Amino acid sequence: MSEPIAIQAPQPSSIGSSRIGAAGFAIGIAIVAIVLAAALVGNALVPQDPFTQDLGNRLKPPFWMEGTQPGHWLGTDQLGRDYLARLVYGARISLLIGIMTVITSGLIGITLGVLGGFFGGRVDDFVLFAITTRLSIPVVLVALAVVGLMGSGLGLVVATLGLLLWDRFAVVARATTMQVRNHDYVSAAWCAGASMPHILIKEILPNIASHLAVVATLEMALAILLEAALSFLGLGVPPPLPSWGLMIAEGKDYMFFSPWVIMIPGVALAVLVLGINLVGDGLRNLLGAERLR
Amino acid sequence: MLRLIARRLALGVLVALTVMTLAFLLTRLSGDLAVSIAGPQATQADVEIIRKAYGLDRPLYVQFFAWTGRAMVGDFGQSYFFKDSVANLIQKRLPITLTLGLVGLSLALLISLPLGILAALRENTWIDRGVTLFTMVGQAVPSFWLALILMIVLGLQLGILPISGTGTWQHFVMPGIVLAFTAIPALTRLTRSGMIEAMASDYIRTARAKGLSRARIIFKHALRNAAIPVVSIAAVQLGFMLGGSIVIETVFALHGVGYLGWESIAKNDFPVVQAVVLVLAVFYIGLTLLADILNALLDPRLRTG
Repeated sequence: MSEPIAIQAPQPSSIGSSRIGAAGFAIGIAIVAIVLAAALVGNALVPQDPFTQDLGNRLKPPFWMEGTQPGHWLGTDQLGRDYLARLVYGARISLLIGIMTVITSGLIGITLGVLGGFFGGRVDDFVLFAITTRLSIPVVLVALAVVGLMGSGLGLVVATLGLLLWDRFAVVARATTMQVRNHDYVSAAWCAGASMPHILIKEILPNIASHLAVVATLEMALAILLEAALSFLGLGVPPPLPSWGLMIAEGKDYMFFSPWVIMIPGVALAVLVLGINLVGDGLRNLLGAERLR
Repeated sequence: MLRLIARRLALGVLVALTVMTLAFLLTRLSGDLAVSIAGPQATQADVEIIRKAYGLDRPLYVQFFAWTGRAMVGDFGQSYFFKDSVANLIQKRLPITLTLGLVGLSLALLISLPLGILAALRENTWIDRGVTLFTMVGQAVPSFWLALILMIVLGLQLGILPISGTGTWQHFVMPGIVLAFTAIPALTRLTRSGMIEAMASDYIRTARAKGLSRARIIFKHALRNAAIPVVSIAAVQLGFMLGGSIVIETVFALHGVGYLGWESIAKNDFPVVQAVVLVLAVFYIGLTLLADILNALLDPRLRTG
């Protein structure tokens, strides 16, 4: 019997010609590298502090507009805080949440998927059931409810998203494990007397890792977007931390007169997510060359 | 075919029951519910009164079975904030969310089907690359941000659509566009790859050999096969869209079920939160079931089994 549509593993689809694909991959890596550099050393390079308020200099526009304030390249927010310093600090929050969420959800999803795909039978039934249940839970609503009931905070956002975003890891880990478990090297390991954990970790995992790397990029992009949405709704990263989603929420009241307050963090968010997705697509194209036999 | 439906139905019921348990446990996460309902100014005596009044003094399993038992027959209890029954509240808000979902899905299909077909027929040209770029950007743009941009451009600068609220059909246009954007990238890519696969298949070669017109080959033969996964995924997407409409409803102050969920989370109105989670999950379960049945009906190869 075929599996439910919602659970079928996504088929790798090649994107255009390989030259364009390679260009996209390079652009994606460049974007992610720049944001990563900004997150790591950005606040050491920007002279302003992201938290210092200056109510005399509220909502100053960025450098390409009239009335800009020297020293504030991207202007200031509604409390006079330097927008560039906050944007750079926000990169740290986005990346931190993205990476931590992927680690948490990856651990859960890969464990479930590998076990289900390798053992089949009852174990697999349970894993399929877990994935189906997880997919039917409305992610944003439940994440909002958890954070709303337990109080906002960076750690809680990571834990909540990590517990919710493991489904694609499980789906792909399960499907790829099923494909590699019958390969000769697995049988050879059995015959050599390898233990079950050894086979799962040393034989199966390395051979499905490349597929999981693609999933990791997708999930990281999704986690960053969800964190932004939660923070935007006021139930994510608490102020005064400058999450990009929170910056958009705080700028919302001024957007009709100073649209750049939402443009700047929004564009930053879209560019970062686009970069991560381009890296994912690049990885997928690399895989296309050595598709699973 | 019937066996397939029966098995999926049984699975769906089991999943719904599990979600029900999780929804119940979810609202107990905050620790003492009576304290959070009473609010920060309440005295110890107030808290005890609330605990009694809402039946929170009973053991957890008693509360759970009392809730599930009544929820099975559509009684989700009373809302603490709205002074109305939860079932009534949801019934009033559901049509708005469903309308939004259908508007969003229709727009998404209207845009992604032609785009996907076009990209497939012009594979590896600039048109194809343009469509791919469009889907990549569409995937990266946060929906709540797109909503704000539309408000500025369509609402304020052009002044052709209301910025927020629920009154008329115009209120559904901007939220519909934003919701559509959450599904367009996936649907476009799926249409494109399905169409490319179909055009390369043997039956298309046969149709060409018979001398059929290009339009007939594309629309009668290739599209029919390429559409099978798209139709099924569209049903699944609708389920995701209903669940994800909470952000969009909140931004546009569109008073649907998602907005109700957000309001009740902010107000600690846990019977409503539980019920909204459950209702959205049941819709998703129903729609995925529909997707599987549609898939089996449309693709004769899947009918047995």
